[in-house]
Amino acid sequence: MRYRALSLKFLSSILIFGAWEVAGRVPVSFAFPTFLESMSALWALTIEGTIFTAYAETLKPLVIGVLISAFFGIGLGLWVGLSQKFDWFVSPIFIVMQSAPLAALIPLLIMVYGIGLTSKVFVVCIMAMPVIVLNTSGAVRNTSASIIEMGQSFLGTRKDIILKIILPSASPIIFVGLRLGISAGFIGAILSELKITPTGIGDIISYSRSIADYPSMYAAIFSIILLAVLFLNLLERIEIMVFKGINKGLVAD
Amino acid sequence: MNDKTTSVNAVEVRNVYKNYNEVEALQDLSLDFPKGELTSLLGPSGCGKTTLLKIIAGLIPTTSGEVKINGKKVTGPGPDRAFVFQDFALLPWETVIKNVSFGLELRGVAKSEREAIAEKYIVDVGLAGFEHKFPHQLSGGMRQRVGLARALSVDAEVLLMDEPFSAVDEQTRRKFQEDLLNLVKNENKTFLFVTHSIEEAVYLSDQIALLLPRPSRVSEIIRPSGFRHKDVDSIRRDSEYLDIVDRIWDSLRTYVE
Repeated sequence: MRYRALSLKFLSSILIFGAWEVAGRVPVSFAFPTFLESMSALWALTIEGTIFTAYAETLKPLVIGVLISAFFGIGLGLWVGLSQKFDWFVSPIFIVMQSAPLAALIPLLIMVYGIGLTSKVFVVCIMAMPVIVLNTSGAVRNTSASIIEMGQSFLGTRKDIILKIILPSASPIIFVGLRLGISAGFIGAILSELKITPTGIGDIISYSRSIADYPSMYAAIFSIILLAVLFLNLLERIEIMVFKGINKGLVAD
Repeated sequence: MNDKTTSVNAVEVRNVYKNYNEVEALQDLSLDFPKGELTSLLGPSGCGKTTLLKIIAGLIPTTSGEVKINGKKVTGPGPDRAFVFQDFALLPWETVIKNVSFGLELRGVAKSEREAIAEKYIVDVGLAGFEHKFPHQLSGGMRQRVGLARALSVDAEVLLMDEPFSAVDEQTRRKFQEDLLNLVKNENKTFLFVTHSIEEAVYLSDQIALLLPRPSRVSEIIRPSGFRHKDVDSIRRDSEYLDIVDRIWDSLRTYVE
């Protein structure tokens, strides 16, 4: 079937939304709206334009944080993978960053950087960078020794070997890191709005909750999940376009 | 030593020692590889044959001793040598033609020129039509042919082959051995061939160097003479061939038992 992947996605969406609807009608809890109630709230937010102004706010730390995390994350990851000394020096920072509970770090951030955009960008980076750096460095270090030797035997310079052998070889895992990291970045953006100062989508979520407008709250949550999913699909398309040989026909798409 | 201008030996190995920490892999190994011939390095597993080959390729340094290619000392990889790897060492994300032209690409040859050269060797090794396939779409035998085409395309004088046929099936292996004999006849190159198969070594070689297990040194050099001119199909029934195979097994079996 040509559109097998698309039809599977459609089918699984229907199943999830159906289950949501049923759970809302049971009801699982008085605070749990049905799927249709949430969707009509989403529609209302869209018509009013509230959701667009909200995203204008949320996208600021999100986009800045994700761009910084992606470029610096991959760059640092490459350096860490290629240099033992740099690895010894830098890796622990990211391992701690990944394991430390964010809720504990946020007050520290507020103390140093205040409650504005800077802190929020930091939160996105703290969520996104570690997994990007660690995946990239791991992938670089795991490059097959055999093809590196092959590159050397055919007179490849260090630069040739990094650009033509190590980087393409590491790219599937680097993209995995990007997907995981950027998803975490989305979470970070919302968290920063819930914990630091309410703006954008985070504001819609906490305000709706405080006035018991649960359909709107779930509508906002749904919208951010949808955005994240769309973005990750875009990333996958980019990966397939850039590295044609990588897709060995294993993935459903 | 003597004059470097007309060396009968393409490769000369002199008193090479190689230690990995306390483990002595190669001990005082000296060997000559005559130009234009195929020399096999034959011995049981772990006897340092691949180590020696990589030292000659310039991929590993010696602990002491030297290797000369056409009279020039080896300090690293060079354009005069090309390597064929046991596990093929292909780039999985590139097509066949890009893999074959990779050696030329690293030497800075322009794209249209290197793809034209690569195309010639792709046809020579029998992979015509597969230029735009990826390695995962090829069988093991085909992948090794890509590796061979890549090594041939850089037109090096010395071809170093590290158990190139051990990862393919028996039928393909026999075919490759026949093809290699024809290749040696037609190309004016020196072939260094590592193998652990006695029959393969005797079938292919102008000269066989028997290596002992660690620490490795040359125990014997055999030059099969009688059947080298024979047809590829008749060699395996030649009595000298069978005698040499038995003789080698007798020497080597003591190290395996």
